[in-house]
Parts: sequence; C-alpha cells; structure tokens
Amino acid sequence: MSKRAFVRFCFVPLAVLVTAFFVLPMARLVLVGASGDQGLRAYAAILLDPRYRATLFNTVSLAAATTIASLVVATISGLFLQRHRFLGHSLLVAMLTFPLAFPGVVVGFMIILLAGRQGLLGDVTLHLFGTKEVFAYSLQGLFLGYLYFSIPRVILTIMAAVEKLDPSLEEAARTLGASPWRVVRDVILPALAPALIASGAIAFATAMGAFGTAFTLATDVAVLPMLIYTEFTLSANIALAAALSVGLGLVTWAILALARSYGGTSIAAAG
Amino acid sequence: MRDRLIFSAQLLFTMLVAAFLIVPAALSMLAGITLNYFRGIQSGLTLQWVVQVWELYSDTIFRSLVIALATLGVTLVVGIPAAYGLHLRSDRFSRAIEEIITLPLAIPGLALALALLLTYGGFSDFRRSWLFILAGHAVYTLPFMVRSVLAVFGAIDVKTLDEGAASLGASPWRRFRDVIVPNAAPGILAGSLMVVTLSLGEFNLTWMLHTPLTKTLPVGLADSYASMRLEVASAYTLVFFVMIIPLLVAMQIFAGYRRGPTVLPR
Amino acid sequence: MSPESSSNSNAHGVAVHVENCAKTFADGTHGLGPVTLDVARGETVVLLGPSGCGKTTLLRIIAGLEIPDAGGRVLFNKIDVTRVPIERRNVGMVFQSYALFPNMNVAENIGYGLKIRGVNGAERSRRVAELVALTGIEGLEHRRVDQLSGGQRQRVALARAVAVRPSVLLLDEPLTALDAALRERLRGELDRLLRTLGITTVYVTHDQSEAMALGDRIVVMRKGAIAQIGTPREIYFAPASRFVAEFVGAANIVEATYTGESLLLPGGKLTAADAPNAIPNGPVLVMIRPESIRVVRPEGAGLCGQVETVSFVGDRQRAAIGGIVAKSIMVDVPNSVALKPGDWVGLTVEPSAVRLLPSDRV
Repeated sequence: MSKRAFVRFCFVPLAVLVTAFFVLPMARLVLVGASGDQGLRAYAAILLDPRYRATLFNTVSLAAATTIASLVVATISGLFLQRHRFLGHSLLVAMLTFPLAFPGVVVGFMIILLAGRQGLLGDVTLHLFGTKEVFAYSLQGLFLGYLYFSIPRVILTIMAAVEKLDPSLEEAARTLGASPWRVVRDVILPALAPALIASGAIAFATAMGAFGTAFTLATDVAVLPMLIYTEFTLSANIALAAALSVGLGLVTWAILALARSYGGTSIAAAG
Repeated sequence: MRDRLIFSAQLLFTMLVAAFLIVPAALSMLAGITLNYFRGIQSGLTLQWVVQVWELYSDTIFRSLVIALATLGVTLVVGIPAAYGLHLRSDRFSRAIEEIITLPLAIPGLALALALLLTYGGFSDFRRSWLFILAGHAVYTLPFMVRSVLAVFGAIDVKTLDEGAASLGASPWRRFRDVIVPNAAPGILAGSLMVVTLSLGEFNLTWMLHTPLTKTLPVGLADSYASMRLEVASAYTLVFFVMIIPLLVAMQIFAGYRRGPTVLPR
Repeated sequence: MSPESSSNSNAHGVAVHVENCAKTFADGTHGLGPVTLDVARGETVVLLGPSGCGKTTLLRIIAGLEIPDAGGRVLFNKIDVTRVPIERRNVGMVFQSYALFPNMNVAENIGYGLKIRGVNGAERSRRVAELVALTGIEGLEHRRVDQLSGGQRQRVALARAVAVRPSVLLLDEPLTALDAALRERLRGELDRLLRTLGITTVYVTHDQSEAMALGDRIVVMRKGAIAQIGTPREIYFAPASRFVAEFVGAANIVEATYTGESLLLPGGKLTAADAPNAIPNGPVLVMIRPESIRVVRPEGAGLCGQVETVSFVGDRQRAAIGGIVAKSIMVDVPNSVALKPGDWVGLTVEPSAVRLLPSDRV
C-alpha cells in the first residue's frame, strides 16, 4: 500500500464515527428544529417569545455572574499561588483543581450538602443566629453550584498564564516607582488579559450549557438547558427543543471560537 | 509589614475558596460511612451504606466501567490513525477536520443527545442498548485523544522518524506499528486517562440517552440524590470518588512528569 | 587523502544517473532547476553549497523522498526508479538529525532494516555485531538512544544505514550537528569507513573542507543549479566562476586588464600562464589564492603594496596588503617572516597560480 493510500485509510474510522454519530444527527437536529408549526420562526422564538426570553435572560445573567466571579477569585488566588511557595502549597493547588472531574450532578449534591435542608451552612447559621439558612434550591444555590465547577477550570488556566509572565516587566515598573497595586493594575492585568478573556469565554460557554447542576438542584429558576429538557421529555415539543438546542449550540460555539482566537488550545466541556 | 498583610489576606482568601470546594466533598465522603448523618460521627462509622449502594447500584458501576473501557477502545482505534493523518497533512483540510472533531465539545451535551435520539430513536435495538451511550461518549471524548496524540507528534519530529524507517524499507503500516505508535505512547497514555475519566463522569449526554436498563454511574447518582437518604447518596458518591481519584492523581503525576501542556478535563 | 580516481576494485552499489530533475514545491518555490548528474559505481560524490542551493532536495530525489517534476528521471544501473518509493529503492540514508528510533535500543535500531527484510534473529545479531565493530561503538548495543552522545548517535545512524547493504549511501549533512573538534575527528573516521565500504555515496554538506576531504568529486551548487563538477583539486585550483572560487577556500578576486602578455593591475602587473578567451586590452577577473602569493622585497617586484593588517592565525600569518587594487589582497605569510602594518612589500605569484574567471557573475 502506498503512503498516500495508507494516510487516506487512517481517516476511515474517523469518517465513519463522526459522520454516523455527529454530522448526520446534527443535521437532523437542525432540520427538525425547523419542522414544527412555526417552522423556521422557531429559531427566532428564543428571542421573541417572552417566556423563552426570560429563560434566556436568566441563563445569560447567571453565566455572566459566574464568569466574573470566578475570574476575580481565580486571578487573586492564581496570582497568589503561582508567586508564593510554602508548606502545603501543592495540597492547596490539588484541593482547588480536584473538582474538575465532577459531573454537574455531583456538584449539585455538593451544594445540597453545603446549603440544603440538612446542609452544613444551615446548621452553622442555626447555631449562630437561630434561623436555618437554606438556599441550595434557589438562585443563590444555583450560582454557587456554577461557581463550584467554574473556579477550578479558570484557576488552572490563569496559573498557567501567570507562569508565563515576564518578571522583568514588573521589575521595571517597580524601579519606576509603581506601588504593588499599580503594578497589578498597569502591568499584570493587561498581560493576563488574553488568558482572562479566553478562560472567561470558556467559563461562560460551560455555564450556558450546564445541565446536571440545575437538574439536581431542581430549582424553579429556569435555565435554557432545563427548558430544553422539559420541552422534550414532558411537553414532547420536539421541534422547539431542537430549535432551542441548535440556538444554544451556536451561541456556545461562537463564544468558544472567540476564546480560541485569544487563548489557544484550552478546551471547554458542557457542565 | 504591608507585604505580610497582603500575603496573609490572600492566603486566607485562597484557603476559604479551597474550603468551599473541598469541604462538601469531604463531608459527602464522611457521610457515606457514617451511621447517622444528623448525629454526626458520634453515631459511629459503618460500611452498611456502601453495601446498600452495592446491592442497589452495582450494575451501574459495572456498566460505567464497561462503557469507559469501550470508549477508550473506540477512541484509540479511531483517534490515533486520525491524529497521524492530520499531522502529516497539516493543511486546510486537516484544520477543518479538527474543527469538526472538536465541535461536540462546543455543543451542550443535551443538544448532542437530542440529535442522536432523533436520528437513531427508531432503531430500537440499538437505542436500547449500552452501545447507544457508547456512541455518544466516543464522539464526545474523541477530541481529547486526538489533541493529546497530535501534541506528542508535534514534539517528536514524527516526519523524520517516518522517513528514517522508510529508508530502511518499512512499508507505511510497518512504520506506523514499529515507530510511530510506540513513540507516541506518552500522548496516547495521557489521552487514555482523560477519555476514561470523562466517560466515567459523563452525565449530560448519558441522562438523555439512557433507559432504565442502561443506567450508568452518574445517572444512578442523580437517581439517588432525588430519592435516597443522604447517607446512601453520599456512599454512592464516595464510590464514584474512589474510582475517579486514582485517575486524577495519575493524570497530575503524568502531566508533571512530561511537563507538557495540561489539557483541561471536563 | 582521497584518491584521484574512483576506479578501485572495492566498488559496490549501483551507478546513479540523475536526468533533468527539477523540483518546484507546493507553495511555488523553485527548489531545484533541471540538473543532470552521474555518479559512478563506488564513487563518493559530495553536493556542496550554501543553504537553499538545492543540494538536500537533490539528495531526497535520489533517495525517493521527493518526486522530481515532470521530465525528470532517476536511474539506478540504468533502471528507471523515478516512481519507486524510498522503501523499495534499497538506499541507506543518514539524516541530519539521525532519526534514530527512541523506542528501540542501539542494536534494535541497527537491525531494523534487516528485520524488515525478514533476516532471522541469529543472522541479524551477527550482522549488527559486525557493524558495531566497524563503526567503533562496542559496548553500546543495549543503550537507549537518549543515553548516547552526538558522536555515538552519528555512528549508530551510519551503522543502521549500512546494515542492509544498500545500493546507494546517502548522507544529509551528517556532521553538521556536532561541535567543531568532534566534527574534525569524525570526518577522518567517516572517510576511512567510506573507503572501506566502497558503496556509491552521495554526501551533502555546506562545509568545503569536509567536501574536499571526503569527495572523489565535488558538485558545487548554487540557487538550484550546478555551478561546477570536478575533483577537489580541480574545484580548488581551477574554479569555473567567482562563486565557486569564493565558496571553496579564501580567494583574492581582482579586476585586471589583459594586455596580451600580462595582466595590468593598478598596483603593478602579473603574468598569467595562459589566458584562454581573454580579449586583448579587455577586462578580466583574476583569482589568486592567499597561499600562492609570496612576500618579497619591494624592489623589482611585479606588484608593490603596503601592509595594512597582520593577523596571527596559529600556523601562519594572514596579511592584508593595500595599494595594489581597491580591496586589500589577503596573503598567507609564514611565521618566519617578520611583518608589521605600514611596511612596504612586494608580491610575486607563480603564473600557474593565476586563474582567470569568466567575468559574468555565476
């Protein structure tokens, strides 16, 4: 077999798998999305129908809040951890990145343990203030859950970026009289900007598509993935569910494409 | 003085964040072996919940393992040759293929599951077997294997090794088998660890694709969170941790050893 | 020193004939213009030239790693192998980066080609041992590749290429990756080895001293074309163009006027042994090697000038003499001659060492 034939042969298993179980199904999804009563207008329903618009708004706000919060946390902690070495450093890093492998369901369970009806925080506040605080099943709980799976992701990327910073730039700023805060503001943050944008985009995309966490917490707060789920399984509104999925997919893909153009090869995964 | 203050403040902050992440996990592991969660450790340690989990959910554990290993097999057979082909071509075509392979990551698992259901829902034998879940897992984890192998190809000058073996008379298949694959071992290993970890923990896809007879571990977990008492749910989560942690540790050790790019798991 | 002719009884391998081979790459760059070349059986031919001149491309075409543009042919012993891929041409190739397989130890690397050909284990071991002895790497058989030094790797690469008794041995700058002292030492060993093996060899390098030490004939290349083919002595003493003259060794290149019996320079005159194709009273380009010029007393000398700089190089001095032509003339002066800047000196040159070059730039 010639070299060229061999290389072509190398692609055959890939072609079979990807075509059968991705390309064709996705094409089908797009078509089904347009096959409901509203036809192609179903795709615009996400913006036009007030119910769906509210859901979209919830999802986007939640994702945005999560992104900003985790970026702030990750920058402070990431800078700190990368710049200082002390006893227990590796342990701390391990603790912060360990939850990376948790599926959304487990994250939901973690939040229930923290702030659910039998949660730790509830016991603490009962002890201190006399009332039991339970917020796992509300928007705050959902937010905490989203934070839970975003922070490890973002911290890793930020730490990698901090490692690549050129220390001589900060030293130059200090010789010119800049205070530590000014060094952070004028030198470090701008240098980290690409990494911040890239990991922020990934965190946003992951939060947009997160399903398991919301499912476990079973909140009243409607987020887009839950809406898609209920439309499909409970209302049998297949076309609408398909349209919403395609819409969500397009939005996440666009955001991730943005992330790649800034940050390189970090990968996201739907939570 | 101010530096010490800043250091302490940052340390405290970081420790709080770490606590936020770890404490519930530790709690759940503890709860899984505690006799009565409400009364805490004083009520005693026990393995009865773990045993109960085994009785109720051992099939999900096995199934998850089987699917994870099968996914690994599929991604090895599909991913390694594909990465080789992509590396050799390195042109617009291969960039486009890489885009397509990576798309399943950009799309929420829900959407992908929906797409698979719409396309194959009619083939009821397939749809009701664990192979259906395998298909979803394979498509979802493939980019990690391909990326990992491509990274190592980039680092070891595969082209010259290939030419060297060719100059000695080896056919393309022989070169692939004797020279290319053995030297790509680090990337293959890293990719494999990733694929297995991802498959074991996959929920979004699997929840939509499963049937009562094809439940995986994460699906079982969701069930238990909704319907079981806290101790049982915790014990089940503990079992999951026990399976996942060695894989994570292996990945960390391996990444540190190779000092290569760490690809984020899910 | 390499023998003048390659017609030794130790000749092995095939005769290589490259006909009208050119290569234009996918991105449009023209790597090699049509070249035609013959390598006799058992001969060592060196492709010499600066980077980008096409020497490696030509080597890869002979190897079978590149296919020449339409119209080009490669023949081994008169059999057309142009379309035959490398794995079936039975060549032995040493790559610049050696391309040793990291997943195999030294013995396995050397034996790989034999394994492909189905040679059984015992025979393989015997042959590997033979080559290990030939290349002087006894004791390293079970080492892994990353435990070897640069010189050791080079020898393993050579042993591996030779193990299969190739028809042609192809070496792509095998010594370039080594430091200067090692290169010097290995060059001698390589020369000895190539003589012993007697296989048809094509060797690529940009180092002219390497080329002259190892080649039976040298092919000087520039910008995808052959500038000159000849034995080392021919290339050195009778370069065909300014480029070849300057690439192979130091050269003084001056413009003179040919008067029919001598060459007139601003600072004096020279006698040439012969001046083929020179137009009387016309301009010519003259090349003289620094070691061919002798420093004498200025009185009565053909050329007179003033010493500008003197550098001590170790085994001799190199002086720059100004005032004869616009650019200083470089002269090699024995250490026994005392010279300092400012001295007036005379220069004489053996007429046979005065070489006329075509005045167009090639």
